[in-house]
Amino acid sequence: LQRRQNSHAASRPFRVAVVGSGPAGFYATYRLLGKVEDAVVDMYEKLPVPFGLARYGVAPDHPEVKNCEDKFNEVATSPRFNFIGNVELGRELSLESLKPHYDAILFAYGAAKDKELGIPGEKALRNVYSARAFVGWYNGLPEHRDLAPDLTTGEEAVIIGQGNVALDVARILLSDLDELRKTDIAEYAVEALAKSRVKRVRVVGRRGPMQQAAFTIKELRELLQLPSVSFDPIPKDLLPPDAVLSSLPRAQKRLMQLLAKGSTNDPATATKSWSLDFLLSPQSLHWSPIHPYRLSHVKFSRNELDPSDPYLASAKVTPKVLSSGKRAEMNIPANIFFRSVGYKSLPLPGMEEDLGIHFDPDRGIIPNDGFGRVINPSGLGERQVLPDGSVISHMPGLYCAGWVKRGPTGVIATTMTDAFTTADTLAADIQERKSHSDAELSLLNEPGHGTGLGWEGVRPEAERRGLRPTTWQDWQRIDSAEKARGQQKGKPRDKFGRVEEMLDVLS
Amino acid sequence: HGHITPPKPGEEINISFIDKDGEKWDFQVAEGDNLLDIAQANDLEMEGACGGSCACSTCHVIVEDPDLFDKMEEPSDDENDMLDLAFGLTETSRLGCQVIMTKDLDGMVVRLPSMTRNLQASDFVEKKR
Ligand SMILES: Cc1cc2nc3c(=O)[nH]c(=O)nc-3n(C[C@H](O)[C@H](O)[C@H](O)COP(=O)(O)OP(=O)(O)OC[C@H]3O[C@@H](n4cnc5c(N)ncnc54)[C@H](O)[C@@H]3O)c2cc1C
Ligand code: FES
Repeated sequence: LQRRQNSHAASRPFRVAVVGSGPAGFYATYRLLGKVEDAVVDMYEKLPVPFGLARYGVAPDHPEVKNCEDKFNEVATSPRFNFIGNVELGRELSLESLKPHYDAILFAYGAAKDKELGIPGEKALRNVYSARAFVGWYNGLPEHRDLAPDLTTGEEAVIIGQGNVALDVARILLSDLDELRKTDIAEYAVEALAKSRVKRVRVVGRRGPMQQAAFTIKELRELLQLPSVSFDPIPKDLLPPDAVLSSLPRAQKRLMQLLAKGSTNDPATATKSWSLDFLLSPQSLHWSPIHPYRLSHVKFSRNELDPSDPYLASAKVTPKVLSSGKRAEMNIPANIFFRSVGYKSLPLPGMEEDLGIHFDPDRGIIPNDGFGRVINPSGLGERQVLPDGSVISHMPGLYCAGWVKRGPTGVIATTMTDAFTTADTLAADIQERKSHSDAELSLLNEPGHGTGLGWEGVRPEAERRGLRPTTWQDWQRIDSAEKARGQQKGKPRDKFGRVEEMLDVLS
Repeated sequence: HGHITPPKPGEEINISFIDKDGEKWDFQVAEGDNLLDIAQANDLEMEGACGGSCACSTCHVIVEDPDLFDKMEEPSDDENDMLDLAFGLTETSRLGCQVIMTKDLDGMVVRLPSMTRNLQASDFVEKKR
C-alpha cells in the first residue's frame, strides 16, 4: 500500500493556492508555472475580477502601466491555471478548509487598509478622506463606490503624505478633465470632478525633501508638466547645496535637481497651482464656525531639521520651539483634506489559528526570510541554520510575495522582482524535496494528510457556504461588457462599480 | 510578442545578448527594431511589463562597452526617470524598449541583469530581526 501511495504521489500535480490576483500573485504564478512543470495554480481573489492594484490602484491616466495585464492574461491561458474570483479567503472560506488540498499556499493579498494620522477631526464624515478610498473611488473599486467626496466646498485641498499615491491624488485633482474623460476613470468620478472647485493643492510632509520625498521622479515630472498648473518654488535652504548634491546617488540627485528646477508654468496665467510643503505635522482639523460642514483649515506644528547636517537622509526632525518656549504652529487653509501616509496589510482571519502564522503587526507584513518563505519567530516550524550560524524557522509550504511580503511600497517592477524571487524559492524547495525523498511531495501537509485535489477538494465547502465563485471565463465576459460600455462613451473601458453589476453580466 | 522585421541581405546589424546565466546569444537584426522586441522575439528573458511604453524599467539592459554607450544617443528624461528605478542600475544601463538599432550600434553587446534578488546571508538576518 505504501508503495502505491508513493507512485500516486509522484504522478499527481503539485497544487499551489495563490491568494490574491494582483501583480505579485500573477508574476509569481507566471514564474512558477514556467519553472515547475507539474505545478497547478489555483488563484483565489476576493473580487469577481482580477489584477488588484493594477486595475484599482494605478491611476487611470497611466494606461501604459496597466499593460502588465497583457502578461497576466497570457498566464491565465495556461491549462495549469485556475481563477477563483469572488471568494474572500479567511472570511468567506477558511484557510483551514484549503490546507488539506494544497501542497503550498502563497500569500499575495496586498495591503487592504491605510495608515491613520490619529489627529482630531480625522474621522469626520465630510471633507476628510483617505487617499486610498479616494483612489479606489475614482478607479471604480466597489468598496468605495459610495464615497461621494464633496469637491465643491472650496478651492483649497491639503494632502498629508508625500508618496506616489499623494501625487496621484494631486494630479487627478489638477488634471484637465477632458484628458481624464478619455481614460477608464469611473464615470461618477468624472461627474464629481466636473463640479470640483479645487484650485490649489498642497502636498504636505513632516520632514524635509531629503528625508521625505518618497515619490518617484516620473510622477513629479508629470505634475510639473501639467498644462496651466503652476508649482510653488521650494525654498532654497531646504534643497541640498551643490557640494552635497554631487555626492548623492543618481536617482536622488536627479530628483533633487528636478525639485530645484520646478515648473516653467507662469503662476500669473495658471488656473490651478500646487506645492510641496515640508516640515509640517498635522495637529487638528477645523471647520468653519458659520458653515459647520465646511472644513476651513488644518493646524500644523512646525518641525526643524538637525542643523548639523540637514541634508542627511537620516537627519533628525524635531518640533520647532519658539523663543517663548511654545511650539511653532501654522494654519493652512483647507476645504478638503486627504490622508495619504501609507497602506497597511492585515492578517487574514484564521491565519494564526489555522496555519500558525504570526503576522507582524508593526511592520504590517507576513514574517518571511526575504526569499518569500514564511518564518516563525517563535521557533516553531522547520529550523534552518544560515551560513552565518544563526537559526531561522521556516513554515513548510507557506510563502508570500508582493506588498504583504515587503510592506506596501514599490512599483510593479519591484513587485515583479520580488514575486519572481518567491517563485524561484518555492521551485527550489520543490526540487529539493524531489531529490531527497520519494514520499509525497507536499510541502504543506505531512505525508498521507494531503488530498492533492486543489480547488476540486475545496469546491464542495464553497458550495455549502453558498458562494458564487467566478471563473476566468466569467471575468472575460465582464471584461468584454466593460469594454463595450466604454466604447459608447469614448473610453477604453467603463468599469462596473458594484459587485452585483459584475455578477449580473453573468446571469 | 516581440515582432521584428528580418534584415535585408547585406544590411544585417549584429547584436549580442548575455543572459543572466552568462550565456551569449548572437543575432542579426534590421535597423529600426528595439532591444525589447529583439529579445522577446528570440525568447530571451526580458519582461517588458509596460509593453515598451517606457513606464516600468523591467526591460533594463546593460551595455557592455562603455565607449559604445557614450556614442549612443542620450537617454531621454523619461527613460532616465524609469532607469532610476531599475534594479541593479549601472553607469551604462539603458531601457531595452528605448534602444533602437542603427548601423552605428553594429556589434553591440548587452547584458540582461538578473530579475531576482540573490540574497546574502546578511539580508537574511536583517529580515529575520
Ligand atoms: C494608488 C496606487 C497607484 C500606483 N501606481 C503605480 C504606477 O503607476 N506604477 C507602478 O509601477 N506601480 C504603481 N503602484 C504600485 C503597484 O500597484 C504595486 O506594486 C502592486 O500592485 C502590488 O502588488 P500586490 O499583488 O502585492 O498587491 P495588490 O495589487 O494589492 O493585489 C492584492 C490582491 O489580493 C486580493 N485580496 C485581498 N485580500 C484577499 C483575500 N482575503 N482573499 C482573496 N484575495 C484577496 C485583492 O483584492 C487584490 O486583488 C501603485 C499603487 C497604488 C496603491
Ligand atoms: S518595457 Fe517597460 S520600460 Fe521598457
